[in-house]
Amino acid sequence: MSAFLDAVLLQAGYNAALVALGATLLGFAAGAVGTFLYLRKRALVSDALAHATLPGVGLAFIAMVALGGDGRSLPGLLLGSALTAAVGLVLIQWIVSRTRLAEDAAIGAVLGVFFGLGIVLLTVIQTFGAGRQAGLESFLLGSTAGMLRAEALVIAAGGTLAVLAIWLLRRPMTLVAFDPGYAAALGYRVSWIDFAMMGAVLAVTVIGLKVVGLVLIVALLVIPPVAARFWTERVHLMVWIAALIGGASGYLGAAISASAPALPTGPIIVLVAAASFTVSLILAPARGLAAAVRRQNQFQRRVHRRQGLLAIARSEPIRERYTLKLLQRESLIRPDGMPTDNGKAAAAKVSRDERRWEVARRMHQDAGLTGRYDGLTPIEDVFAPDEIREFDRRLGPPAPVRG
Amino acid sequence: MTNGDTSNVLAARIAPGGGTVQEDNAAELARAPLAVRGLTVSYGEKPAVFSVDATFADKAMTAIVGPNGAGKSTLLKACLGIVPRVAGEVRVFGQPLEAARHRIAYVPQRASVDWDFPTTVLDVVRMGLYREAGLFGRFTGRLDTRARKCLERVGMADFATRQIGQLSGGQQQRVFLARALAQEADLYLLDEPFAGVDAATERAIVDVLKLLKAEGKAVVAVHHDLATVADYFDRVFLINVRRIAEGTVAEAFNAETLAAAYGGRLAATHVDELVLAGPLT
Repeated sequence: MSAFLDAVLLQAGYNAALVALGATLLGFAAGAVGTFLYLRKRALVSDALAHATLPGVGLAFIAMVALGGDGRSLPGLLLGSALTAAVGLVLIQWIVSRTRLAEDAAIGAVLGVFFGLGIVLLTVIQTFGAGRQAGLESFLLGSTAGMLRAEALVIAAGGTLAVLAIWLLRRPMTLVAFDPGYAAALGYRVSWIDFAMMGAVLAVTVIGLKVVGLVLIVALLVIPPVAARFWTERVHLMVWIAALIGGASGYLGAAISASAPALPTGPIIVLVAAASFTVSLILAPARGLAAAVRRQNQFQRRVHRRQGLLAIARSEPIRERYTLKLLQRESLIRPDGMPTDNGKAAAAKVSRDERRWEVARRMHQDAGLTGRYDGLTPIEDVFAPDEIREFDRRLGPPAPVRG
Repeated sequence: MTNGDTSNVLAARIAPGGGTVQEDNAAELARAPLAVRGLTVSYGEKPAVFSVDATFADKAMTAIVGPNGAGKSTLLKACLGIVPRVAGEVRVFGQPLEAARHRIAYVPQRASVDWDFPTTVLDVVRMGLYREAGLFGRFTGRLDTRARKCLERVGMADFATRQIGQLSGGQQQRVFLARALAQEADLYLLDEPFAGVDAATERAIVDVLKLLKAEGKAVVAVHHDLATVADYFDRVFLINVRRIAEGTVAEAFNAETLAAAYGGRLAATHVDELVLAGPLT
């Protein structure tokens, strides 16, 4: 536990602090960029994009070695990965626009072919003398051991650029995600805005190779926005909530993995993000599962309460056990089923409101008002007191409930 | 190619030989809120809209009418440059589309967007102001007042902070109309504004559109319900991939033109009823 605390407080050594910083920035950028990717319904394209980085890594290594260089220089490898990922992206667009194949088929084809090609290249590189120590396979799942300051700076620079692009273009991107036809009618170039968005996704993917690896980067792009969606109904808030969830997942994940020797950073970060998703799914106030169950129960209670009180008003017996329990809990009936004075008063009110609604519906033909008649909405929520007095005037004096 | 050149070339192609027709045509192109000549759009090799000429008048409500798959929505989208055109010319108030785009407001089909999108009613109306506000302009003062006024005009002021997924179909359509109103355009293009809305909303939308017409704006709507064409609209444009007829409702909306547009899909007696019902009401 103290190892974890040290890591959280950035006291677990220079490398751990560097990794935590890089992972936080990466998660933040991925959350913000991923929000628009998710809203545009292109989340899976990023998975193909990520897998299409692998041949670029191999080709860049071969090119750098052939030119007499080190071959392991991170900027060079990232540049190569960005190039083949861009080729993969263009190929997906081309397949979708020029053939009858749907996007999911194009994604599958590009993902598989590019990843396969990348694995072949990596295997070939293994046979080179210098290739054995290259550690290129670490790009598959990320590897933060021995992360350098320069590498953290690359992540910081790429992440900042991506977030900046998102911030600058947040309005057109929102519009294109919600209603591309209207965006085009206003004169926005939808393809350019999509291009900018995919550019930001590409930047996040490439800088994420070192920390979480190409197999799992899609999780960092998708999970934070999906979790954030539970907490808000506004895009501009969702972007920052997703960024915070992503950043926090990166930070906590890095700290957890630094606190024990055998915990891989990337997968742990993804698991932390998944945990935040699960918490959001269950606990979010409006869209969460717990809230939905609570609303459903409340609704059921109101239906049973109303029907029980109407039965009292009509002097009919109540047979449903749940209704009886409910009315008894509120002291509206006695254990023997007979209404209390409170129960009679409540029953009179419910049956009177029922007749008020009838008058209201005759008087107001406007669907906007009487459309809210569902037998459960209190009439006081829809009509003003003077309107209700008018209904009462037409109804005549209230009738007492016997029993 | 300059503006003048284009209209002359177009006019000459449409009315070869007829001097006066040519001049009328050129004048029409220079004046009309929306005019298309030889417009052709295709998905694959099957034309959706083929060589269509159309002129939409100002101070008028025009219905674009035709059977399913007749290219009604595609015609609107091609006029706006949302779908690429294979051939043809689009003129908006005598100018090329890009020069006059800010004068057009578009109301897409309600079903074309995901209503679970994380946005509120007021946010959607603000989208109509994005061009004016730019990338960073704030929605306060003048722009905020305008957005709220537009919501009032469609009777949705009380719903400003609602998530759009909580609205009924009719309310969603009103919000889309408010967004278009916020643009303060001169030409309104609506794609099936009455599809799947309640009677009160239909009435409210018609009232707003008639007010726009009274202000001198041009309103063009893709319309499905033949029974209400004569009630709501002044002019009609009948299309079935090609242009079938165009003119005032009295001129162009009759049994003959409807039969030409719908072919066997509309029973002859039905056509008579519709056309008879029109002018009598």
